[in-house]
Amino acid sequence: MSEQQKMEKSKKRTKICLITITVAFLVLMLVVPLVSVLASSLREGFGFYIQAITTEYVRSALKVTILATVIAVLINTFFGICAAWLLTRFSFKGKQVLATLIDIPFSISPVIVGLAYLMTFGRLGWFYPVIRAFNQFFGTNIRITFAIPGVVLATVFVTFPYVSREIIPVLNAEGKDEEEAAALMGAGGFTIFRKITLPQMKWSLIYGIILCTARALGEFGAVNALSKTRGETFTLPLEIDALYMSGTETSITAAFAVSSILVIIALIILFARNFIEHRYKNKN
Amino acid sequence: MDDTVKNMAKSKNTRVIPGYHLTLGIVVTMLSVIVLIPLASVFMYSIRISPREFLELITKENVRNAFVTSIGSSFLAAVFNTVFGLIVAWTLVKYEFPGKWLLDGLIELPFALPTAVAGITLSKLYSDSGFFGKALAKAGIHVAYTQTGIVIALIFVGLPFVIRAVQPVLEKMDGQYEEAAFMLGASPKKTFFKVILPELRPALLTGFGLAFARGIGEYGSVIYISGNSAKNHTQVVSYVIMQKLSYIDYASATAIALVMLVISFVLLLFVNIVQMKQSQRTNLL
Repeated sequence: MSEQQKMEKSKKRTKICLITITVAFLVLMLVVPLVSVLASSLREGFGFYIQAITTEYVRSALKVTILATVIAVLINTFFGICAAWLLTRFSFKGKQVLATLIDIPFSISPVIVGLAYLMTFGRLGWFYPVIRAFNQFFGTNIRITFAIPGVVLATVFVTFPYVSREIIPVLNAEGKDEEEAAALMGAGGFTIFRKITLPQMKWSLIYGIILCTARALGEFGAVNALSKTRGETFTLPLEIDALYMSGTETSITAAFAVSSILVIIALIILFARNFIEHRYKNKN
Repeated sequence: MDDTVKNMAKSKNTRVIPGYHLTLGIVVTMLSVIVLIPLASVFMYSIRISPREFLELITKENVRNAFVTSIGSSFLAAVFNTVFGLIVAWTLVKYEFPGKWLLDGLIELPFALPTAVAGITLSKLYSDSGFFGKALAKAGIHVAYTQTGIVIALIFVGLPFVIRAVQPVLEKMDGQYEEAAFMLGASPKKTFFKVILPELRPALLTGFGLAFARGIGEYGSVIYISGNSAKNHTQVVSYVIMQKLSYIDYASATAIALVMLVISFVLLLFVNIVQMKQSQRTNLL
């Protein structure tokens, strides 16, 4: 056997070996858990499944989750666009610091987010007297921690940089020449944004919104610290936790049934992500 | 439109595009209200704790153990993910095989799947009656409710980081490095360790750092599989903070959180330095 053939053979062996490791690793770590959630959710039959995902608690949790997610997506999309415009279209002192500060929520444990909101708006928080004074003056009963506003705020915090992070690199790569030309020719800010910037960042904006939605739907740690009333302020992940922790065989199956809703959403998100990436690659 | 032109003339001609002050105002306000002020509250509260008390709170035995468990498990999981992430990224970039598109599309599942769902699923799979747990129990290995379980959960949540950091670098590298090394007579092994691996190092370090940082703060995916027993050292730091919060022991929760913030800040700094060096290098090329 010649040297060349030997080399070819060893190359082929490496290839088969690496493909086997990759497939085994990904199937064991990703595919099996995915299939297992869906299988576990149907263990007690389809009738039970439907029953489990339509209880009073689950419907309430679904409402809270959707509310928090919609608000988080709206706020963070608005913020993301403003931040991207500011950071990619202007240069100013402290820009790098600002960019780093915006990314803080990525690196903070969700439990600490819960703690931070308790320290701010909770009974011991410095903002608590302000809320109390407001409530006394207007006769309202606004609460933030252990109530819906806290859940929404925590969700906004954990998803804060998700939109801006996706569009900033794209706008940076596109450069600001077109906008500058348009501005010099007398176009207003909103026209420039609508006609030039928005088309440039369209796909990354959609992708950012998708990621933000995924993260908002699944937030657990931060919300767990700020929400204690099942059926009122619980989100879907908290409801799953409550069902799983009650420990009976049927409630665990119910937990997986509720989980399957989020799994299906996660799969749709992955599909959308791959679709957008594919389009983006084809365009370039 | 006239206003814009007037404003333009006023603003020293450097900023032609409108909206600087408006967006600066919005960004700084929103960032402060949502992120900075709540975080500052944690720092403000921690100032009230005396240094001695602070030290006492964070060196209690269960807290110390939780830090060791969290940092140790995250480190192991990140190392594991770096090795396997490199293999997976390499295979996905260099080879074609049936079902590749599906596996490639599933890589980000841990990002898209809520952590609590991941947590209960892994816990069930690896418990002694579960799909993996049963087989492992026969071999005498128990995963659920042990530190091994924590590492498994952290491997799951950290899995995409290294793969997604390495993949684009490998794609850009095309065959020229390998060809050059081959022409110069290097063996495939030598080519890999002397030529390719150094090129991948920044991406590997970035992925490692991100997976490590994520693991230290992880909560939802870990708490179900870990068992949370102080005796068996299976409590992670996030769990201890949550426990202190439910006992309304805010001083301990704040002190532990502060140490954790410092650790994740250091890791983030490390990742940023690696990335900065990398971009400097690519700019030189």
